[in-house]
Amino acid sequence: MNRLYKSYIRTDALPSLFCPGCGNGIIQMAAIRAIDGLGIRENLACVSGIGCSSWIPCYLNLDVMHTIHGRALAFATGLKMAQPDKKVMVFTGDGDCLAIGGNHFLHACARNIDLTVIMVNNYIYGMTGGQKSPATPMDAVTKTSPYGAMDYPIDGCQLALTMGATYVARWSTAHPVQLEKSIREGVEHKGFSYIEVLSQCPVQGGKNLYGEKEPAAILKKYREMAKEGQVQLGVFTKDSPRTEYLERVNQRLAAQGWEV
Amino acid sequence: MANITIDKSCCKGCDICYAVCPKKIFVRSKNRNHYGTNMPDITNPETCIYCGMCERMCPDGAIDVQKEESSENED
Amino acid sequence: MDFINLAEDREEIPRKEPVKIVLQGNEACAKGAIHAGCRFFAGYPITPSTEIIELLSKEMQQVGGAFIQMEDEIASACAIIGARWGGKKAMTATSGPGFTLMQEAIGYGVVTETPVVIINIQRGGPSTGQPTMSSQHDIYQARYGSHGDYQIIVLAPSSVQEMYDFTRKAFRLSEKYRTPVILLGDEVVGHMREKIVIEDTPEDENVIKPLSAGSPTADFFQGECSLVEGQLHDEEGRRIGHLPQKSGEFLQKLDQKISGNIDEITDINTYFMEDAEIAIVAYGSVARPALNAVKLARGIKDDRISTKFKIVKDVITKGVPQTLQTDYSHLKVGLIKINTVWPFPEEALKKLTQKVDLILVPEMNVGKYCREIQRVVRKVKVVPMPKSGGELPTPREILDRIISEVGVKPEVTEDESFI
Repeated sequence: MNRLYKSYIRTDALPSLFCPGCGNGIIQMAAIRAIDGLGIRENLACVSGIGCSSWIPCYLNLDVMHTIHGRALAFATGLKMAQPDKKVMVFTGDGDCLAIGGNHFLHACARNIDLTVIMVNNYIYGMTGGQKSPATPMDAVTKTSPYGAMDYPIDGCQLALTMGATYVARWSTAHPVQLEKSIREGVEHKGFSYIEVLSQCPVQGGKNLYGEKEPAAILKKYREMAKEGQVQLGVFTKDSPRTEYLERVNQRLAAQGWEV
Repeated sequence: MANITIDKSCCKGCDICYAVCPKKIFVRSKNRNHYGTNMPDITNPETCIYCGMCERMCPDGAIDVQKEESSENED
Repeated sequence: MDFINLAEDREEIPRKEPVKIVLQGNEACAKGAIHAGCRFFAGYPITPSTEIIELLSKEMQQVGGAFIQMEDEIASACAIIGARWGGKKAMTATSGPGFTLMQEAIGYGVVTETPVVIINIQRGGPSTGQPTMSSQHDIYQARYGSHGDYQIIVLAPSSVQEMYDFTRKAFRLSEKYRTPVILLGDEVVGHMREKIVIEDTPEDENVIKPLSAGSPTADFFQGECSLVEGQLHDEEGRRIGHLPQKSGEFLQKLDQKISGNIDEITDINTYFMEDAEIAIVAYGSVARPALNAVKLARGIKDDRISTKFKIVKDVITKGVPQTLQTDYSHLKVGLIKINTVWPFPEEALKKLTQKVDLILVPEMNVGKYCREIQRVVRKVKVVPMPKSGGELPTPREILDRIISEVGVKPEVTEDESFI
């Protein structure tokens, strides 16, 4: 077993429930490398919602809260406010974040509270068998759009930028080096960091979304899509004058004469 | 010389490693682990350039690459 | 109760002087939370609970706690659970519509065994209902609102003093039984003002040993790597939902944690029950007019009431109706005031009602808690007294109901214009 992986993973919980070739494992490794590189293991907790992506932190040997569908950001906000000096990482998915969790997502961005959110976007609801998500491209055939999806897809990065998130990036599982770097930057960034990762779901979102069922082929597709501009990858914002939520609270308290 | 190992109990036979190794060190083999998945064979580990892509891209953390000290003199 | 540390050299917690103060019920609840050690509040405004969030938006920072108004009640309920795992006692407050929204989070709090306190200041429902009027509509929802099989502790304050005391008690119970605890207030008790006694002495954390059904218990950032999991799980937080045997065992333990300790949890006050032939069972603000009804029935003199009844019995002798007149000046009525409405105090109620002939259950709903009493007290006639619309039943209404059940024709001899 990979040594770094072994040192961070609850090995007695293996094999993981991820399908062979699932992008979640790649994201997990990038997160592990980022956490290890930053040396924040003792001061980090993870919160996740429901979905395959939300299982990523459950295999990590850290304090982890595996919560209810769409609400990870609300739990994470409470946790962060109780321990403002610690780091909190949130794992969510396209359905968890943009559908049921949409409201909490909007407000967490606007609040600009210091959380690092890794949104695993596989453009589908994988755990429940392949239904469409708000990110599913129009006309895609899924279990709940058998005649083709009828909705304009929602772009989580655009939404995050509009709502005031101060670190916004998108990568894919075919860009693990950049992903790891962004996760590091996101954790170090004082403010709401949103890192979206295009991730392959070969079983539920393969043939219907990319015309490919092999994970390696989907990864190749990601590189092509990025090169041809079909999907925008990169860091969209990282320097913003907006203050972080807890920093504002402390400023207010200091102005009132409290020692912070 | 690279010591490349693949953990039998982790590998799910996803075939990603074949595609990402720039030196094509991982090849299909007849090996199956106890899950029944087809595991890779390692060929020419001495050509490994330690890019680390296999370690990053294996979703199950099965691959470990260690640089071994050569007992021969380098020159 | 399990006591961990009774060593003589344990440091005594300095007691502060009790303070007499006139407070509104909601204010007393907020104060109780702070004195109980609550240091995180997340909420959303909703009538008639809004005073609680407004007060705590100011008070939390005075004690170094954190306050946040979240985007909705769902987020509030989730945030308090997150904060508790971050080591801070946490509370939220709401009313009917918000309480409905919180149910999923409450279930999560139950299955993860997270100690939190949720205040529901009931208003008329369903839906938007009656935003400014009182009710006891949510008594079943407080017990069964979330999906799944679970136990929960619900307290029903009937005075401003109890809004303070029971809020503190809610925190104690939540920590001991590692469960969400619901304080089921209502608009009457939330908005009334009374003089109460409060004591800002902190809770003694060492005294109570927490119980667990087998979930992780260590707060985050203690080096324990707790895995808090909403699926049925083992003591490591690993899911067991796919294993029927283990799942059944976990649910049993979760249930037993509370249902097996009903005797310790149950808190009931009785008034005039020693010789009572008729019992009123009431909870929450309805207990107030109920107690006054008892006093009316007993002709208890305070400077304002004195009532006497002649009990007139109609009997049929040899086919001829006859009227027998007996002078009884009082009806022997007593009050059983249930403070811990859930878990349902089955044994305690059966015991307390052994010698009565009639039980009356006034409620500001269609008669919900009455059904529980009817279910367990089989040998006595249990009469529901539902009242819908948002007003408390008056003492006279309650007394009249008793009188009509007992078949008494009262002759009130003194001035009752004040009733």
